[in-house]
Amino acid sequence: MTISAWRNRGHAAYGAFVVHRLSGLALALFLPLHFLVLGQALQGEAALDVFLRWTQAPLVQFSEIALVFLLAAHLTGGLRLLFVEFVGWRSETQKMLIASAGGVAAFCALAFALNLL
Amino acid sequence: MSTLAVSVWRGGADGRFQTFMVPRLDAQTVLDVVTHIQRRLDPTLAYRFACRVGMCGSCAMTVNGEPRWTCRTHVANVEKNGKLTIAPLAHLPIVRDLVTDMREFFDKWARARGQFQPTKTRRDDVARVAPSSTGRLAIDAAIECIGCGVCYAACEVVAWNPDYLGPAALNRAWTLVNDVRDGAGRARLAAVAGDAGCHACHTHESCSERCPKHLAPTASIAGLKRATALAALRGEL
Amino acid sequence: MRAETRLWLAQRASAAVLALCVAVHLVTMIAAVRGGLTAAEMLARTRGSVAWAAFYGLFVLAVSIHAPIGLRTIASEWLGWRGRTADAACTIVAVALLALGARAILAVTL
Repeated sequence: MTISAWRNRGHAAYGAFVVHRLSGLALALFLPLHFLVLGQALQGEAALDVFLRWTQAPLVQFSEIALVFLLAAHLTGGLRLLFVEFVGWRSETQKMLIASAGGVAAFCALAFALNLL
Repeated sequence: MSTLAVSVWRGGADGRFQTFMVPRLDAQTVLDVVTHIQRRLDPTLAYRFACRVGMCGSCAMTVNGEPRWTCRTHVANVEKNGKLTIAPLAHLPIVRDLVTDMREFFDKWARARGQFQPTKTRRDDVARVAPSSTGRLAIDAAIECIGCGVCYAACEVVAWNPDYLGPAALNRAWTLVNDVRDGAGRARLAAVAGDAGCHACHTHESCSERCPKHLAPTASIAGLKRATALAALRGEL
Repeated sequence: MRAETRLWLAQRASAAVLALCVAVHLVTMIAAVRGGLTAAEMLARTRGSVAWAAFYGLFVLAVSIHAPIGLRTIASEWLGWRGRTADAACTIVAVALLALGARAILAVTL
């Protein structure tokens, strides 16, 4: 179909889905790297420290804060889904749940950032 | 008098948009616009409508990218700088212009076992179902669907997963799962489980956002997820 | 049908486990990163700890179930990749995560 596929998907739940899926994807791609880095400790403390010193770089620090946000967002979004699927769907609480999920995730990222920097 | 520049889809899947200039009137609906084009400007325009008062769902089309009932959409609410874009309902094969082939929509309804299966005959007593029972309340919340296809057109998963039964079919299946008189229980749960069924729903809620009857297929599908999970755990699936 | 329902259940069950693990992990991370993170600090916490080994063991197991199922859905919907090869890839990812995760746990707890 040559009709433009851009649609006004402006509603909150769709945005929540996009955040949930993309954060999950990012985390899934990050995870093997995370495991490999930790595995460096097999070579002893010094080997791990070499890598940890690299993480002082601003770009890496920013990425870490972003990852913490993505992890927290995936968690809070997931809790919302578990609520909808196992407890039930109420129209009034939907937007509130999405907003609180976003708020808690942002809070976690902020707390991490403040401690990191 | 001001005019509207209306882009209307013409042809089949490989068609194109054609622009018509339509007089802008007060209290004008999008269906009024389409009808004006067909009667005054181009009689070859194909489109569907019936009741024109928001009861039948036949006039569902894509207006400025969103699926809606054109008879219940005021131009004032959707026009953008005197422009309007009208296309056929998404995710369905186009017959011509604004008319889609709804067969797959209803075939999926059948595949979801969206038909009542009776267990009594006329010789039996009438079934007694309390209106306040949980099952009946669940049915009442979802039963008013008239099969207009707006939710199906709105659902992104329908676009991404060709086998997905879709919100309307699953919503109807949910009403039957809750019906104590129905006899297709196990078979229906098997029909709605899996990647083509309720488990493909990711709670975008596009269906519930767009349903012109303010139904919530999201809630019905969540119910189906619980029902199928319980059946799977019990070894009944 | 039945298999897919089971996958969905496994995803939700592992999600529930991960909810707890991630909450703990977030708090730990936020606290640990204070004043900079060094290998010595981190390993002092985890080395020789059965509790941390058990915790991370559960974490790795849950994520090895949860992530591949999610990736399988993304592959199916956005890449159109379905069927036996997709399922096989999903299993390989699960095994890889389990292996790398186990290695990481051993690295920091032994």
